[in-house]
Amino acid sequence: MNDDIIKINGLKFFRADKVIFDGVDLNIKRGKITAIMGPSGSGKTTLLKLIGAQLYPEQGGVLFNGINIHKLSRKELYKTRRSMGLMFQSGALFTNLSVFENVAFPLREHTELPEDMIRDLVLMQLEAVGLRGARDLMPSELSGGMARRVALARTLIKDPKLMMYDEPFTGQDPITMGVLMRLIKNANDVLKLTSIIVSHDVAETASIADYIYIIANGKIVGHGEPDAVMQDNSPWVDQFVHGLPDGAMPFHYPAKNYYEDLLNA
Amino acid sequence: MQNKRIVEIMVGFFILVAIVAMFLLAFKVSGFTDFSANHTIKISAEFDNIGDLRVRAPVKVAGVRIGEVSDIVLDRNSYRALVTMLISGDDKIPTDSSASILSESLLGSNYIAIMPGFDTTFMRNGDKLGETNSAIILENLIGQAIFKPKDEKGEKSNV
Amino acid sequence: MLERIQRLGAFGLSFCERLGVSAVLLARVIVRRPRFVKALPLLVEQLYMVGVLSLVIIVISGLFIGMVLALQGYNILDKFGATVQLGQLVALSVVRELGPVITALLFAGRAGSALTAELGLMQATEQISSMEMMAVDPLWRIVSPRFWAGLISMPLLTVIFMITAVYGGYLVGVGWLGLDPGQFWANMQSSVDLHKDIMNGVIKSGVFGFVVTWISVYQGYYAVPTSAGIARATTKTVVYSSLAILGLDFILTSFMLGGW
Repeated sequence: MNDDIIKINGLKFFRADKVIFDGVDLNIKRGKITAIMGPSGSGKTTLLKLIGAQLYPEQGGVLFNGINIHKLSRKELYKTRRSMGLMFQSGALFTNLSVFENVAFPLREHTELPEDMIRDLVLMQLEAVGLRGARDLMPSELSGGMARRVALARTLIKDPKLMMYDEPFTGQDPITMGVLMRLIKNANDVLKLTSIIVSHDVAETASIADYIYIIANGKIVGHGEPDAVMQDNSPWVDQFVHGLPDGAMPFHYPAKNYYEDLLNA
Repeated sequence: MQNKRIVEIMVGFFILVAIVAMFLLAFKVSGFTDFSANHTIKISAEFDNIGDLRVRAPVKVAGVRIGEVSDIVLDRNSYRALVTMLISGDDKIPTDSSASILSESLLGSNYIAIMPGFDTTFMRNGDKLGETNSAIILENLIGQAIFKPKDEKGEKSNV
Repeated sequence: MLERIQRLGAFGLSFCERLGVSAVLLARVIVRRPRFVKALPLLVEQLYMVGVLSLVIIVISGLFIGMVLALQGYNILDKFGATVQLGQLVALSVVRELGPVITALLFAGRAGSALTAELGLMQATEQISSMEMMAVDPLWRIVSPRFWAGLISMPLLTVIFMITAVYGGYLVGVGWLGLDPGQFWANMQSSVDLHKDIMNGVIKSGVFGFVVTWISVYQGYYAVPTSAGIARATTKTVVYSSLAILGLDFILTSFMLGGW
């Protein structure tokens, strides 16, 4: 088996006329936590959807275990997706199902397990994320952090090989953030997963990631182990990890000359 | 799971109500009676003019519905209308009966009235009624009423 | 001038494209291996959402339409001294036209818009996307049961509407205006035909159910996932469904009166 679970080479993707990715190459190492960071709007979520083949690239490909995922037939794709898990930013719980049923959903759809076995498995997963007591609540009654933990349980229950997290820490209080970090780290180590975290929370992500890629303007602008990236002083990376308002990523949205614009009014 | 039970009961109830409604529509609203069952016999009659008679028009004896018109075709040799009727096999029609086409009301639709004869032999499946009276066409009646006095006058002046 | 022609062309092309996309959606919903054991509970749930919950509005509107029809019809028929034909008037107008059309319009407003909003919101909150990532086909799990439930519910609701309207007419004609119940039913029965009138009405409602659910499902599934987008999709569902119902009603009626 190859050491890289995912290989992306020369990936190009446009939305309408806007270039989202302009030749991205990256590799995800098996069993590690890889973080993909970048400013808002740099297409990090799009990258996850490309890996999950919900979107199709204009050029280049994504190899999952050596197979080009965008060349698979519908049936094979659905089969391959069973070994992937994607946790959405919002959690994306099914609002008409209770917490218990949400977590049980993948089992009910993909297996013919008896009801008491499903119950045990779901309760085990909920226990792992600390929400066994919340099983009868509806998603609308959960806080954002709890919803993400339920979503994590729901994604893990089908035993994926690759876990993708879309902005798992965004908008959470420090306690919830700590809980989520621990859960993600534990899941990766105990269940021997490979994890991809898309985030722009530099400090938190860097503390659990094994490898970091930084994306900006549709390209990889820096990559390496967390310590190396924090020390990197190339303009893009430096600006991003230290949160400088102006730099390689300009403060101003592209516009014509300020004075000309005012005078032309 | 209590909730699920209620949902299922309600759906079952819904389907049941719809079936009942369909039965009511069939029997109460359309007065559907199955004359095409095997308990019927088919007889026919030829008319000079059937007026407004339609397929599925009732066939009545003494005003009681005993069957319906199942087919109307034109006999290409005699230029008369051949009407086929399905009537209940329980009602015995003497062979010398006559059929007439009447209207239910002044503006109502046509039906076939059978005047029973006195014969002791009865119609069997496929038989044909010999004696028929055509539909009374309202326009012809009016025409006669208008032109008759004129003709009389004409005759008088001729004489 | 040329620009206008171009705009017309662009409109035509995008129209054809949308039609094509919706046809593909429809084909993918209909043409699939049935999994009855798992699909049946889903279908029952949707029959409840789409059918049972529409029942109240259907019954009430049916009752009132039958009543008002009897009242209006009585006053007109009275001029010709033909009030005995009231049963026939109510039954024929309800069974042939008003039943299928009004049920379909109410259905589009009650169930169709709810369907669109629900699917649109699922799209907006990434529920559909996350289902795809769980390797569950959302067309099978979400769209298909809703589609079939709509298709099945419409004729059932129509039949219920028809019978309530007829009894509404009976209530006014016999109970209030004092017609003879025997004449009311007998005149109705002698003119309403099970195949020509009732069955054609039910066939019409089946066609309307198909079109309304198709439009609702398409608009919801491809709604722009923002609040404004969902609002627009819901409006479109009701407008397009109503136009389609009225247009199709004319076409179907002309076919049916023409004797196929």
